[in-house]
Amino acid sequence: MKSAVIVFPGSNCDRDLAMAFEAVGGSKPEMVWHRETELPEGLDLIGVPGGFSYGDYLRSGAMAARSPVMQAVAEAAARGTFVLGVCNGFQVLTEAGLLPGALMRNAGTHFVCRDVALTVENSQSAFTSRYAAGERITIPVAHHDGNYVADGATLDRLEGEGRVAFRYGEAVNGSARAIAGILNDGGNVLGMMPHPERAIDTVHGGTDGRRLFEGLAESLMARA
Amino acid sequence: MKARIFVTLKPGVLDPQGKAIQHALAGLGFGGVNDVRAGRLIELDLADGTDEAEIDAMCRQLLANTVIENYRVEILG
Repeated sequence: MKSAVIVFPGSNCDRDLAMAFEAVGGSKPEMVWHRETELPEGLDLIGVPGGFSYGDYLRSGAMAARSPVMQAVAEAAARGTFVLGVCNGFQVLTEAGLLPGALMRNAGTHFVCRDVALTVENSQSAFTSRYAAGERITIPVAHHDGNYVADGATLDRLEGEGRVAFRYGEAVNGSARAIAGILNDGGNVLGMMPHPERAIDTVHGGTDGRRLFEGLAESLMARA
Repeated sequence: MKARIFVTLKPGVLDPQGKAIQHALAGLGFGGVNDVRAGRLIELDLADGTDEAEIDAMCRQLLANTVIENYRVEILG
């Protein structure tokens, strides 16, 4: 499995995501700086990590979404390359138009940093194939702008097409319909606010995130 | 020439920041504040003769996220 992790100024979960990719994929991902205009050849998977890219200036993810490398990421996604955006990475993917909707300030105005309960809504995607539909898992969140917003028609479409991957199992940030993670229409792009890469080893305090990466690696290796 | 871009949340989009400001005003004893909506003012110093369509494109492509925000352009000449 050939993977890459995009690094923006202010990314701070890039190495965690790289470790998760390496743990299940068997090889180190390439770390790609935001100024690059081309991605390494033959990528199966691109990670857009959490953090505070460009200091969250203007809006979370807004500047990163317009950085040179994101054009290449959008082109790769259109060709079917898998893209996983976590936390700030989810914000970047919505700002870049790879996923619908937007992530606003948490309804309670506070930064939320704790383990939260999630339900797996769709276990058919490459990202969620190792989970059971309706399964409850625990994954940490750490964000200030995780309140998912989209118009009613978009929300209905996401639900109708099975593109809500994860939903919060408790009150976290005021997200519309408790949405924690969504897929694009091709099923090859997932954006989620919770951090699966922070729950892949018992020393993390939980391992519920590990199956996301295992399922991905399995799907990608089956395709290769 | 200068332009001012006012970026505001669309009506109906919850504004937690505005709500916090409203509560703070109430805490200071100001009554009768029915609602507060917070936005952003961006001032652009532009080459003379910059096309209004170009300013509009700047708003749509970066300055505002039209999923959740409206914008208004004021040209100061």
